[in-house]
Amino acid sequence: MLGLERAKDDWYPVAIAGSMGECESHTTRLLGFEITLHGGKNGAISVNFGETDLAVQVKFDHVWTTFCDNPRPLFDIPEGDEPGRVRVPCGVVRVKCSPLRAVENFLDIAHFPFVHTDILGAEPHTEVAPYDVKIDESKNEVIATKVKFFQPQAAKSAGDGIVTDYVYRVAAPMVSILYKTCPPKPEAQDVITLFVQPLDEETCDVWPWMALYDYENSMADMISFQQMIFVQDRSILENQIPRKLPLDPRMEIPTRADMTSIAYRRWLKRSGALYGALTEAV
Amino acid sequence: MSFRLYNYVLSGNCYKVRLFASLLGVSYESIAVDFHPGQEHKGEKLLQISPAETLPIMLADDMVLTETSAMLGWMASKFDAGKNWWPVNEPTKITLIIQWLGFASDLTLTIGEARLHSMLNRDVDVDRALAGGKRALRLLEARLTEQSLRGSQWLVGENPTIADIACFPYAALAPDAGLEHDDYPVIRNWLYAIRSLDGFVTMPGIHEVHKLRDTENTL
Ligand SMILES: N[C@@H](CCC(=O)N[C@@H](CS)C(=O)NCC(=O)O)C(=O)O
Ligand SMILES: [Fe+2]
Repeated sequence: MLGLERAKDDWYPVAIAGSMGECESHTTRLLGFEITLHGGKNGAISVNFGETDLAVQVKFDHVWTTFCDNPRPLFDIPEGDEPGRVRVPCGVVRVKCSPLRAVENFLDIAHFPFVHTDILGAEPHTEVAPYDVKIDESKNEVIATKVKFFQPQAAKSAGDGIVTDYVYRVAAPMVSILYKTCPPKPEAQDVITLFVQPLDEETCDVWPWMALYDYENSMADMISFQQMIFVQDRSILENQIPRKLPLDPRMEIPTRADMTSIAYRRWLKRSGALYGALTEAV
Repeated sequence: MSFRLYNYVLSGNCYKVRLFASLLGVSYESIAVDFHPGQEHKGEKLLQISPAETLPIMLADDMVLTETSAMLGWMASKFDAGKNWWPVNEPTKITLIIQWLGFASDLTLTIGEARLHSMLNRDVDVDRALAGGKRALRLLEARLTEQSLRGSQWLVGENPTIADIACFPYAALAPDAGLEHDDYPVIRNWLYAIRSLDGFVTMPGIHEVHKLRDTENTL
């Protein structure tokens, strides 16, 4: 299968750290293979693939695993560790779409007024001003900067509408990170991520995670806000046809606002990250 | 405040109350509960309020309510002066409404369960839930067809009632569980009619009328 071997070299989230009791076990899938998670002492979680123990690490409040003995290193989010931030794992949401579509949708600002109406966007403020997108060759990541967008309620902590500044980072084919204006602390930026667990090429489990400055709202409020946003996307994602992400420009024409999406698709293609992609090139 | 609601944004049952409050123009206090992943509805703090282990919970007039049917009935009795949503003076209508409120619980146990599975990975008997969900949608389609032959687009009588509100969320959210609406044209019209009511509010998975048109066009 196209891209499977490359996909096997990455780390993927499979659980929230500490979420399983001792002796609890649970079966899930990763890249089409069945794997089993086991709860151990002190909230530890181990992962088996058949007879094999898979490598495991805990980062960003999630348990990550890989099929590879010599995997590509897991990326960093240094801002996430800053003292004073509330770290919020938001739970898992399953979506019947390619893992790449879930990431791509997260990068696309143009849909805010239509899908997250009166929250992340509102008519008539539908124009996306030009911004910068590039591939950071040293880290091999897609980066979009100077993204600005008017938002009626940018975060649970936002009182009024504001123009929000965004930076987007694709740190791995199935990981998308954004930094956005933090309403209660304008000198800092909130961090919001989507970590995607590819169950197979057309189904994924999405694990949103946030590291925010917010001392007002309860954990339940912050989680609800993020789940509301993501589940609004879910119904759109499940209706996208084809389920896999087309990489050839001819197959789907992204709008002008989707510059990050175009860069993301090109970067996937050039990296050979084709698991979950639809491409004519063989 | 008129009442307090222990609320979860993705819950179809909590949405019944949010939607009806908005249609009636009633404001209330909402407390977010971390249903997923935190399972807070089964935690000590909420169990002290109600042992039901379900959401929503409503505190109203010194009552602790855990059944949405009761919540909708209370809200209608209290805030709908015209008595259209819960026509207490019309025996046949309220009897049929109670019948359909019971049916709404079947929707939770079938479509609602299947949705928890397909969306939040809840461990449930999906085949049973989906089969039950399909059967429920067929029954609903049949009832609404019967009503439309009588010239009404609502479940009971000629006006929307709390029966419509109670059945709306999980009927509308069926696609979240993989049950598409394509086979149920009369249900589709009815969903559209509810979404067109003054004061309608959305929840994730249920779009506003003109928004849905937009997304359908871009698909
Ligand atoms: N008795 C309730 C049932 C409500 C219900 O089932 N709520 C769901 C959320 S929508 C729930 O709390 N389920 C508990 C669980 O799944 O753990 C009613 O119809 O009002
Ligand atoms: Fe979105």
